[in-house]
Amino acid sequence: MEADPRGVLTGVHFIDGDHACCEGALAAGARFAAGYPITPSTEVVERFASRIPTIGGTFIQMEDELASSIAILGAVWGGAKAFTVTSGPGFSLMMEHIGYAAMTETPCVFVNVQRGGPSTGLPTLPAQADMMQARWGSHGDYEIIALCPNSPQECFDLMIEAFNFSEQYRTPVMFMMDEVVGHMTEKVVIPAPDRIRLYPRRHTRKAPGELNLYEPEEDLVPAMAHAGEGYRFHVTGLTHDERGYPAMNARAQDRLIGRLQEKIRRAAESLALFEEEAVEEADVVVISYGITSRVAQRAIDMARESGLRVGKFRLKTVWPFPDAHIRRLAAGARALVVPELNRGQIVREVERAAAGAARVVGVPHAGGSVHRPERILEAIREAAA
Amino acid sequence: MSEVLTPVNPVEPFLRAERMPHIWCPGCGIGTTVNSFARALIESKVDLDRVAIVSGIGCTGRVAGYLKLDSFHTTHGRAIPFATGLKLANPALQVVVYSGDGDLFAIGGNHLIHAARRNIDLKVICVNNLIYAMTGGQTAPTTPGAAITTTAPYGVYEPAFNLPALAEAAGASYVARWTTFHVRQMARSMQEVFAKKGFCFIEVLSPCPTLYQRRNKMGDGLDAMKFYKEHSRTRNGAPTGEVGLTRDGEIVVGKFVDRDRPEFRDLMRDRFTHQLGDRYVDDAEMAEHPHCGGEDGA
Repeated sequence: MEADPRGVLTGVHFIDGDHACCEGALAAGARFAAGYPITPSTEVVERFASRIPTIGGTFIQMEDELASSIAILGAVWGGAKAFTVTSGPGFSLMMEHIGYAAMTETPCVFVNVQRGGPSTGLPTLPAQADMMQARWGSHGDYEIIALCPNSPQECFDLMIEAFNFSEQYRTPVMFMMDEVVGHMTEKVVIPAPDRIRLYPRRHTRKAPGELNLYEPEEDLVPAMAHAGEGYRFHVTGLTHDERGYPAMNARAQDRLIGRLQEKIRRAAESLALFEEEAVEEADVVVISYGITSRVAQRAIDMARESGLRVGKFRLKTVWPFPDAHIRRLAAGARALVVPELNRGQIVREVERAAAGAARVVGVPHAGGSVHRPERILEAIREAAA
Repeated sequence: MSEVLTPVNPVEPFLRAERMPHIWCPGCGIGTTVNSFARALIESKVDLDRVAIVSGIGCTGRVAGYLKLDSFHTTHGRAIPFATGLKLANPALQVVVYSGDGDLFAIGGNHLIHAARRNIDLKVICVNNLIYAMTGGQTAPTTPGAAITTTAPYGVYEPAFNLPALAEAAGASYVARWTTFHVRQMARSMQEVFAKKGFCFIEVLSPCPTLYQRRNKMGDGLDAMKFYKEHSRTRNGAPTGEVGLTRDGEIVVGKFVDRDRPEFRDLMRDRFTHQLGDRYVDDAEMAEHPHCGGEDGA
């Protein structure tokens, strides 16, 4: 389906990533947001609060992040598209409801504008240190989808993908920005509504009385209904059967958790969004994501000027991790260099996927600023040697 | 002389019979509250397709799963914020929050006072059994002084919350308390709140024979009924500051608060209309969620 024109601010804008993220959500059809103030993410909901009354929808500032992260789930079951926005400490508080959304297959988007941590850390300064938390933060076993934009334009574009993935796979999607991308102002082009393709809600076509709320379709994703339509369905965070009723045994657990994981694992290839350049003939491929990819670009340019054959691979989809692509890179290059604003998170995934086929060199950084390009260049040179 | 008795229990159509037997213990009062709630649904003649019930976690948290309504068994303490999102996204729904004292006043206490402050149109039914029952009888913020629990083996010494006083102070439009002995009065209050706009709160004192009564040598479920009968005093309009509960003392029951405060959505609509005039789009008046796609989906 096409985007609802009321939410689309078609035109050329000069805005920061936080504002562009909000416009992406509005263009994607989000009409409900709940949030709790936290730097450096608050601008997203500030803009939403300003925009939504003339579009039709609701913003509510909740009493904490636990509340905002489940208010959006209530709104989804009430029929809306919904998202919440936070940063570090707030993301920690939302973990239980990421699990609840995964378990109840509630489509929604969680935006995390990453800052330095742990704890209060560096509220106004960047990091990319919540990448593993985005994958594993809630208790129990589940798969997740996480996207990582590197510019205000991509905050807009990928936010639409985030909503589309959440609707298609009925899963919470993590939108992993960082402080620099959130506060960097650049040109953002918002297309006409008829140029924006949206994945519609997977609403059942069955009549009340015929619907088993958690009976999967061919792609393992069930169709849903909304409260108030006469279905009289039950939703629970307990392990449940296809009717949605609690089923407290190992068989039901295996069946449900297996399906929740498999519906995403099976789609890993179509979920893998990335950008790559000159990887075929490269001796060294730099693998990066988010703001670090912008710094890495400078290092790659400098390395090429000095005659090194360097490829670039940028993850837009971080979870599910694109193992097949990393294997392909590892088969062709001598080394993979992984700069990131943490002390080594995604580099471990690269090591796992490369499985020894290429040398993997991390370029860790504890956060608080971006890398110096020279530091990445140094790692490229070492890796190429 | 003899009239023909209908073999169907009048509340049966409201229950998910395929989920019976339920998990509650013999003598537990939660089933009694569900019975009164079903009768309130009958009497209030609400459109059952437009009633959603939201529970948290705990023994009372299981109520949602047994009622044949759109029902949500959410996370511990967060039934109210879930219900807030549900109500705002679909204002035509009657949203009932049905949960326990630990869920609503310990882990979820912050959400309860903020929902009352907003006066959002939710009907909150709190079954107060004075204890954490699902986990085996630990101290709750409602456990009265000197009562024995598994985490207060020498008796509770923390002061307990007075739930009606807290709800009123936070801004609730309607506050009542009954016990599971007062099945008709309880049903009437539940019926009343369906016609009342704003944040409504009903506390129902309910026995936990397994983990509270027995450990405190207070007998079984029937003994609890006798206790409620002998110790309850109806004082409609009583100042909520005077209705705190003690282990063995008087139980003041009644409707304490029934007042009109502007409801959240009305406040929102008034503010936006005042500031934005015709530019304000009230989504409550829009066709249902055209932005979602809906039935033509996928």
